[in-house]
Amino acid sequence: MEETGPDGKMTVHPVPAHHGIVAEGGTNGGERRRLVEPSDEHIIEVRDLEVRFGSFSVFKNLNLDVRRGEILGFVGGSGQGKSVLMRTILELVPKYSGTIRLFDKDVDDLTAPQRSRLNRRYGVLFQMGALFSSLTVKENIQVPMKEQGGTMSKKLMDELALMKIDMVGLAREAADKLPSELSGGMIKRAGLARALALDPDLLFVDEPTSGLDPIGAANFDDLIARLRDTLGLTVYMVTHDLDSLWNVCDRVAVLADRRVIVNGPVQDLVDYDHPWVQEYFRGVRGGRFAGVQ
Amino acid sequence: MMDAHAPSPTPTVKTHRDGDKVTATFAGSWTVSTADAAERAVAALDKALGGRGTGAADIVFDLSGVFMADTAGAWIIHRERARAEFTGHRVELTDASPRVEFLLEEIEAHIPRMLDRPRQPYAIVRTFNSVGKTTVEVGHDLLALLSMLGVFGWRLATLFTHFRRLRLTSVLANFDRSCRGAVPIVMLMSFLVGLIVAQQGGFYLSSFGATIFVVDMSGILILRELGVLLAAILVAGRSGSAFTAEIGAMRMREEVDALTTLGLDPVEVLVVPRLMALMLAMPILAFLSDIAAIVGAMLISWSSLGISPDVFLNRLNEVVTPLEFWIGIAKAPFMALIIGLVGCSEGMKVGGSSESLGRQTTSSVVKAIFLVIVVDGLFAIFFAAVGI
Repeated sequence: MEETGPDGKMTVHPVPAHHGIVAEGGTNGGERRRLVEPSDEHIIEVRDLEVRFGSFSVFKNLNLDVRRGEILGFVGGSGQGKSVLMRTILELVPKYSGTIRLFDKDVDDLTAPQRSRLNRRYGVLFQMGALFSSLTVKENIQVPMKEQGGTMSKKLMDELALMKIDMVGLAREAADKLPSELSGGMIKRAGLARALALDPDLLFVDEPTSGLDPIGAANFDDLIARLRDTLGLTVYMVTHDLDSLWNVCDRVAVLADRRVIVNGPVQDLVDYDHPWVQEYFRGVRGGRFAGVQ
Repeated sequence: MMDAHAPSPTPTVKTHRDGDKVTATFAGSWTVSTADAAERAVAALDKALGGRGTGAADIVFDLSGVFMADTAGAWIIHRERARAEFTGHRVELTDASPRVEFLLEEIEAHIPRMLDRPRQPYAIVRTFNSVGKTTVEVGHDLLALLSMLGVFGWRLATLFTHFRRLRLTSVLANFDRSCRGAVPIVMLMSFLVGLIVAQQGGFYLSSFGATIFVVDMSGILILRELGVLLAAILVAGRSGSAFTAEIGAMRMREEVDALTTLGLDPVEVLVVPRLMALMLAMPILAFLSDIAAIVGAMLISWSSLGISPDVFLNRLNEVVTPLEFWIGIAKAPFMALIIGLVGCSEGMKVGGSSESLGRQTTSSVVKAIFLVIVVDGLFAIFFAAVGI
């Protein structure tokens, strides 16, 4: 693999130590150049967020930053509102107070055209895939191209859709299948291909590995890491999966007590003094990884 | 950091020919939103290069001017290079920014494979194929309907010995929804139709000086046919579609499968209570529909034909026997059975997609209304044959 690009700017990305430890998990080969190195530029910036359901506040004084080029793993107990936070950032759930900035723009201050431009800069993979059930996989991927892209020729859309299908590791034959004919893992891959249709800078994924077998889950993690490296994606990943946290996440944020209590590289979180965090990373399941460390 | 989505200058390709050496200078932003212009630009380049056999040339793709790119733009560049190489040129890419280089590498790893289109059979074969398939499907439909009817009949027959197995709550809940909710609209519609029938009939009868016969006509027509038919059509649209949608949604979410694995017969749990509820509801709705239509006829006779209500009722009493009324009401449970069976069996046919739910609901209503009218016709033939 090349050390430098033609302009000398590119460098080999040092593989974090934890990548090697659980190599069986599926990161193939390990070393890979990254298109975008994680930088301090914040793609998502949440400040003092409060979300209420009725009089019950789900979050209070919640702060969160996501940096460009990183995979942020987002963990928290069931019912803590991991998905709610993601949906709040996507403006699917109204917030009560606080600010959310995406790509350095306050989402409350956007005009309609700005908003639709913003929409094109992120892709979302929902937990159940959320593929349109009456369209084939290829047509699903072409929906954003038709609705939000420029005027593309049919041929180009076909070629691009098939390329995305290949990028997410689906077989060529899957292109013309309906979502009801796909397995759970294939649905997630197809959903990912649709999320990537317009080459977003930011990708939201909600529990990408839930419902997949360990091999499929490891492959999926690897896929997301590869997309981060090759397409320069920033990934906001809601997950329960300890393997994912150790294998692919650059940073992990923990949601507890109605706010993000801590975030940082997963190795650092293991020793964080909070009962839930301790239970999570040092319990029967989490302990395996912490022990190795 | 590059921004692939801000408004941007159009992608262009400039060609410069120097003997055998051609330099194509790519510039602008090559992204999804500019793909249209990008395709036109490379088509122009294609033209400039000429087709196969125009002599091989060394081409340099100078990508230094491409300041934005995503996979769509990179794909177009890649495709153009592949096309030029295919026609015998030698292509060299220079001065690509790291991002473009990255994307081109990524694309080369994921070039879509073309699939051979499966050969279409001849039109005549396809026609026979689809006719055969439809025939088999109709057969299966009928069998499914019969099987449902069988289960329902069995439940009805063992109602008194196995009273516990009757889901009374479910029957009552469905009864409430399909009967009480339908009363206002059924009565309003029948009232209006009764009014129209009497008004139109009275208009022509009065020109013969036989105005009073409007009572005979509307009374018999309403009690034997119109009351029950109107109620049935409305119920088919209201409850039949609801049954299909309810059961269909349960099928989509695997609830029906869950019932089966719990050892419960979905037909018994879902279909039988609905059918029972509808068979109880229909006669009541038909009765109310009769009343509303008669009232409508009576009012219009009074206001525009000068037949006062007591004359109308007296005449009605003389010419219309209770038999007419019972003939109408007797048809109601059969109509209910058909509407319910069609609604439930269509619901059971719903597959995985939301589109199929819509399709089955449509076909449920269409089939139910059609069958209701067919059955009404059969009853008319039957009653004519037995002479009542």
